Amino acid sequence: MLVSQFLVLAALLFSIGIYGVLVRRNAVLVLLSIELMLTAVSINLVAFGAHLQDTLLSGQVFALFVITIAAAEVGIGLAIVVMIFRNRSSVNLDELDLMRW
Amino acid sequence: MDWGDWLSNPQNILFVVIALLMVAAAVRVVTSPNVVHATLMLVLALGGSAALFLMLGAEFVAWALVLIYIGAVVVLFLFGIMITRAPTGRDPVRLDHERRWPAALVALATFATLASASVAAFEDEVIEGGVSRTGELGDVLFSRFVIPFEAVSFVLLAALIGGIVLARKDPD
Repeated sequence: MLVSQFLVLAALLFSIGIYGVLVRRNAVLVLLSIELMLTAVSINLVAFGAHLQDTLLSGQVFALFVITIAAAEVGIGLAIVVMIFRNRSSVNLDELDLMRW
Repeated sequence: MDWGDWLSNPQNILFVVIALLMVAAAVRVVTSPNVVHATLMLVLALGGSAALFLMLGAEFVAWALVLIYIGAVVVLFLFGIMITRAPTGRDPVRLDHERRWPAALVALATFATLASASVAAFEDEVIEGGVSRTGELGDVLFSRFVIPFEAVSFVLLAALIGGIVLARKDPD
């Protein structure tokens, strides 16, 4: 197994996630695309860790941290989305232009 | 690099199958017109990445991914979808922008940059197989990385409390 095959796959997943963030209008779907990007990053981390044969296993530890932070981010993000829905009865991101100058 | 040689390794064939599955699922996540289908496709993509972690010998991370992402996060997403699609009487607006091509261009440029940079940096370097035991990971996590570990658990607690505070109804 080459290192670059994992890196190219992760880059592909990351750019699909970027496309989703840019093109989706529903807030929940934007959060889904962010999850894709975070997964791509943890694939990178684990592949680097396996490549370097690190005795401290830093790659896996940081992948675990990324998973944890992603769980926290989903919790907060969905709470915010639910609150926006409660106030405006819509989660369409194009309508959320209150803070646009 | 010789592609025939590369494909003769059964691990690489498995990798290609998993990668194609993941990419197809990820594309459906960002293009599916049905919100629930998009979420279920995310399960497939995440399952593929768990399989990749198993190939790289990272057992604990793979199963943690299955438990946390597929078990908890996706269920949370489904709850979010159900809550935010409450019957408001009007048709759900279209999920995508009309202007897809600029977004596709940005994504393509990102992919070209990242992929060419990583291929140029790690041309033919090989990953040696080898499974890291969960016990080793636990030892490292509670010795060398104990302070980041505690910090992350504090972040998780703060996110929990913040989620409850944000999502509860205001007592009038």
